[in-house]
Amino acid sequence: MWRRTFLLAASLALAGLALARDAEVPDSARQVELRNMLLQDCGSCHGLTLKGGLGPALRPENLAGKPREFLFETIRLGRPGTAMPPWGPILKDAEIAWLVDQLVSGKALQEAQR
Amino acid sequence: MKRLSNLFALLLLWTSGTFAGECSLRGTGDLGVVIERASGSVQIIETSGNTAIARVTGLGDLSHASVVYSRDERYAYVFGRDGGLSKIDLLCARLVKRIIQSGNSIGGAISQDGSLVAVSNYTPGGVKVFDADSLELVADIPATWGNGRRSKVIGLVDAPGERFVFSLWDAGEIWIADMKDPKAPKITRFRQIGRNPYDALITPDGRYYIAGLFGEDGMALLDLWHPERGVRRILDHYGRGEKKLPVYKMPHLEGWTVAGGRAFVPAVGLHAVLVIDLATWQEVGRIPVYGQPVFVEARPDGREVWVNFAFPNNEKVQVIDTESLKVVDTLEPGKGVLHMEFEPRGEEVWISVRDRDRVQVYDTASHRLVRELPAQKPSGIFMTWRAHETGL
Repeated sequence: MWRRTFLLAASLALAGLALARDAEVPDSARQVELRNMLLQDCGSCHGLTLKGGLGPALRPENLAGKPREFLFETIRLGRPGTAMPPWGPILKDAEIAWLVDQLVSGKALQEAQR
Repeated sequence: MKRLSNLFALLLLWTSGTFAGECSLRGTGDLGVVIERASGSVQIIETSGNTAIARVTGLGDLSHASVVYSRDERYAYVFGRDGGLSKIDLLCARLVKRIIQSGNSIGGAISQDGSLVAVSNYTPGGVKVFDADSLELVADIPATWGNGRRSKVIGLVDAPGERFVFSLWDAGEIWIADMKDPKAPKITRFRQIGRNPYDALITPDGRYYIAGLFGEDGMALLDLWHPERGVRRILDHYGRGEKKLPVYKMPHLEGWTVAGGRAFVPAVGLHAVLVIDLATWQEVGRIPVYGQPVFVEARPDGREVWVNFAFPNNEKVQVIDTESLKVVDTLEPGKGVLHMEFEPRGEEVWISVRDRDRVQVYDTASHRLVRELPAQKPSGIFMTWRAHETGL
C-alpha cells in the first residue's frame, strides 16, 4: 500500500516537475511530429477538428476548468475502462506537457483549421 | 525546387483538367475513391492503368470516413466525421448533393435493394436512414437505452431482407432494423451482448453478424437466419492471463477475412491475429504479428491475409500465409499506413500511406511496389466492387 502511495506521490511530483520545466520543450522538428500525431492519430478518436468522436471533444472550451495536471495524467496514464490508452510509454513527460499546452491554448485547433 | 514546381504545375493541370464540367462515357467497374482526410476531398482513381482521374472537394471533416456505392456503381456515398453525407457522381467527378445529418458520425451502409442509405451516428447516437436518390430523410432511429441516454452507434451493415444491423457502443446491444416499410422500421433488440462493441462485420452470405468487443475479450455472434436464438459469445477470454497492451487505434472489422474454412480477425490489446474455425467458432490459431492489427484483409483468392497496424507501428504491413498460418513477408510502405484495398480479383492491392502523402499499389504475387500516386493525407480506399457485396 505504502508503495502505491509512494508511486502516486512520485508520479505527481514528476508531473509537476515536467510541467514546470519549460526548458525542456520539444525541439521544432519534434513539434512538427507531435502536431501531426495530435491531429492525425489523436484525431482518429477525437476528430481532426477536435470536435470529438469515440473520444470526447478537446477544444479549449471543452477543456476549460480542467486542471492541467488532470489533462497531463489523462494523456500519460490513459483512462482505464475507456478506449483512451496510456501515452506514457511513447511520449516523454515534456512532450505530453507540450501537447496539453497546444490543446488548452487552442494552438492545436488553429493548426487543424489551417 | 524545380522538381517541386513541375510537380505543382502538373497537379494544377490535373485538378483543373480531365473532367471539368463534362462527364465521361465509360464503365465504372475499375474505379474507386481515395479519402484525403485532412483536406476534405476524395480522389477518383482507376485500377486498369492505376491512375488518378479527378479530385472532388468540399466534403468536410473526413477524419473517419467511409464509402458505399450505389448498385449501378456510378455514385459513391461518403460518410464523414462531421455528420456529412455526400453523394458523388464518379462519371462526372462532381458532388451531387451533400447534407449534414448529425453532429458526429462514424459510417454507413446501403440497403439490399439500393434504395436506402443509413448512417450510424455518435452525436446524437442513433441511425438515420435516407433515400438513396434524393438524400431526403426517411427514418430516424435514436439509439436510446437506460434512462433515456443515447448510445454511440457502430458496426452498421446491410443484411438480406432489406434490413440494417448495428451495435451500440455505450449500451452493449445489437439492433436489427427491418426496413421493408421504410418509414416505420421494425426494431429487434439484443441486450447485454458484451461491453463496448467497437465494430462489426457480416459474412458475405449475410447470415452471421459479428461484433468485436473492446471492453472484454471475445466477439458477439448473431445468426440472422435464427435471430430468435439470440446473440452468443465466441472467442471468449482469448486474452486470458495475458497483459493487455495499449490500443492506440481501434481495430476495424471489414468484410469477412475468410480462407479455407477459417476466419482471421484482429485481437484487441494483443499483437496477434486470431484464427477462427467456422464450423465450431473456436479459436484454432493465434499468429503473432508486429503490432496491434487494425485491418486484417484476405486477398480475394484467400491464400494470403494482409495486416496493417495501429500507431506507433503503422509504418509496416505484414502478409500471412493462410495455409501455414505464418507471417511470410513484412513490407515497409512508410509511416501512417491506414488502409489496404484489393482490386476485385486481387492481383494488386492499394495501400494508403498517410504521413508520406502517397497511395501505393503493390503486386500481390511478388509483393513488389508497382506504382505510387500523390494524395493528401490519404486514409480509406474504396473500390466500386463493394457495390455488390453484402455488408460493404
